[in-house]
Amino acid sequence: MTALLSIAGVSKRFRGLVAVDRVSCEVEKGEIFAVIGPNGAGKTTLFSTIAGSLEPTEGEIRFLGERIDGLRPDEVCRRGVARTFQIVRPFPALTVEDNIMVGALLRTADTAKAAATAQDVMRRLDLFDKRDREAKSLTLPDRKRLEVARALATAPQLLLLDEVMAGLRPTETDRMVAILRELNAQGLTILLIEHVMRAVMALANRVLVLHHGAAIALGTPEVVTREPAVVQSYLGAEAL
Amino acid sequence: MTRLFAGTPTHGLVLLVLLLAALVAAPLIANDYLLTILILILYFAYAGQAWNIMMGFAGQLSLGHALYVGLGAYTASALYVHFGVAPWLGLLVAVPVAMLAGAVIGFLAFRFGVAGVYFAILTIAFAEFARIGFDHISYVGGSAGFFLPVAQYTQNDLWNLRGRPVMFYYVILALAALAFMLCHLLLRSRMGYFWQAIREDEEAARALGIDTFRYKMYAVVISAGMTAVAGVFFAFFYNNLFPEQVFHISRSIELILAPIIGGVGTLFGPIVGAFLLTGLSEAVTETLHALGFEIPGAKQVFYGICLLVVVMALPDGIWPWLARRLGLERRS
Repeated sequence: MTALLSIAGVSKRFRGLVAVDRVSCEVEKGEIFAVIGPNGAGKTTLFSTIAGSLEPTEGEIRFLGERIDGLRPDEVCRRGVARTFQIVRPFPALTVEDNIMVGALLRTADTAKAAATAQDVMRRLDLFDKRDREAKSLTLPDRKRLEVARALATAPQLLLLDEVMAGLRPTETDRMVAILRELNAQGLTILLIEHVMRAVMALANRVLVLHHGAAIALGTPEVVTREPAVVQSYLGAEAL
Repeated sequence: MTRLFAGTPTHGLVLLVLLLAALVAAPLIANDYLLTILILILYFAYAGQAWNIMMGFAGQLSLGHALYVGLGAYTASALYVHFGVAPWLGLLVAVPVAMLAGAVIGFLAFRFGVAGVYFAILTIAFAEFARIGFDHISYVGGSAGFFLPVAQYTQNDLWNLRGRPVMFYYVILALAALAFMLCHLLLRSRMGYFWQAIREDEEAARALGIDTFRYKMYAVVISAGMTAVAGVFFAFFYNNLFPEQVFHISRSIELILAPIIGGVGTLFGPIVGAFLLTGLSEAVTETLHALGFEIPGAKQVFYGICLLVVVMALPDGIWPWLARRLGLERRS
């Protein structure tokens, strides 16, 4: 069985700086896969090479068996990989509904059908009551959910989440965790970059730990968080 | 048609129908002078609508739309003068010519990442190339100007666009109405949503699978083509073309004032802006004239004041404010 996403020996160098160093891993269909690591570990760079914003210096990225490294972001999205941004980027002057419509229109030219998709997505992400609000008037937790909703509307098979919990209060984090679990239960594969360990522990089936661009551990959250190298480089003594 | 106006409040539709009826009936009471002003207003409403597709919908600032007006005007006039081709047929050449020019500019800019202010400068540059270039094309008169044959017309020849102001009035009214409907349809279509996404945040748009290069190209090409139609009208209404005037940057600026004052990105903005600017500035000029003042540049000063007031008091333009006042905000 081929993995949904397979990353094979991917490196990204910026001149002398090795941001991602020969990382390999596979994301299986239906799982929630987390990438963690200290600041500057190369998480976002790895993420960007998958999403098409950066081209890897070497290595291959395959989605459903086909190479996607080097494709443009819009091409990656059309193949079924949707992403969110760490610093949310809603379309500020558009309403919540229209923001999500833009995503839904990727799969249909029929605005009525796209509106139906948008309504469905808004209900699933608790945004329905705010559908007529302009995105710029939303609070951060709402914007984070809008970011997910918009990506979801493109009907992805793999959802890439870049620190979707960052800046959320614990109750909001739990709410997001519940939403992501629900989406995963409906068959969506999720790859997330996350700092909030509470969310990682609650969500991830498997965790990849990056440090200085290299993968230092891969496994279930319980196993990974007990690895001495991980504890030392990332979690720190207080995590024990 | 029902879907076209879905979400618009009933009294909004009534107002729209009344406005249209008033415009259709206007020649019954308006003399030729007043009709000429109305023609000018509708001309700016039409051209503003075309420019608005690029800036208001897709967020690409063009400061060189005089290029498309000029290309449309010169192409159709040349075909008419040299080959006797009627303007309506001339459109079939003039529009593609302008579209091609738009495509070239768009390609150069979007392929090589020229955006924002630099894109605006590129559009100015191309209009300036044309201004200087057409000075040297003797086939269309060069800097001495290009003239369409003029006579006293007793009968209106719609096919050749030769006739009295009332004919031109109805032609431009129809064009303005069509442009309004087209823009309405475009804005509510998939392309309209994609344009607005690109306007708001291009990188986010790309992440949602939108081929931003392609959709920006569509915006430029459609806008250029529509603007060329205004150029053809312009040529046959004024009957004379000078590169120094037609392609001049002040023409490009004049073209974008109506949508900016009325409300960038709105459907009624270009119309409201055109009525206010052209209507009032003509009124000011006339009043000054009647009072015995001849002040050169009074119109420009008036434009300046209008812009200043609107930018300071209503930065989103007049229409969004007016729509709130009239209770015409879209409900879904």
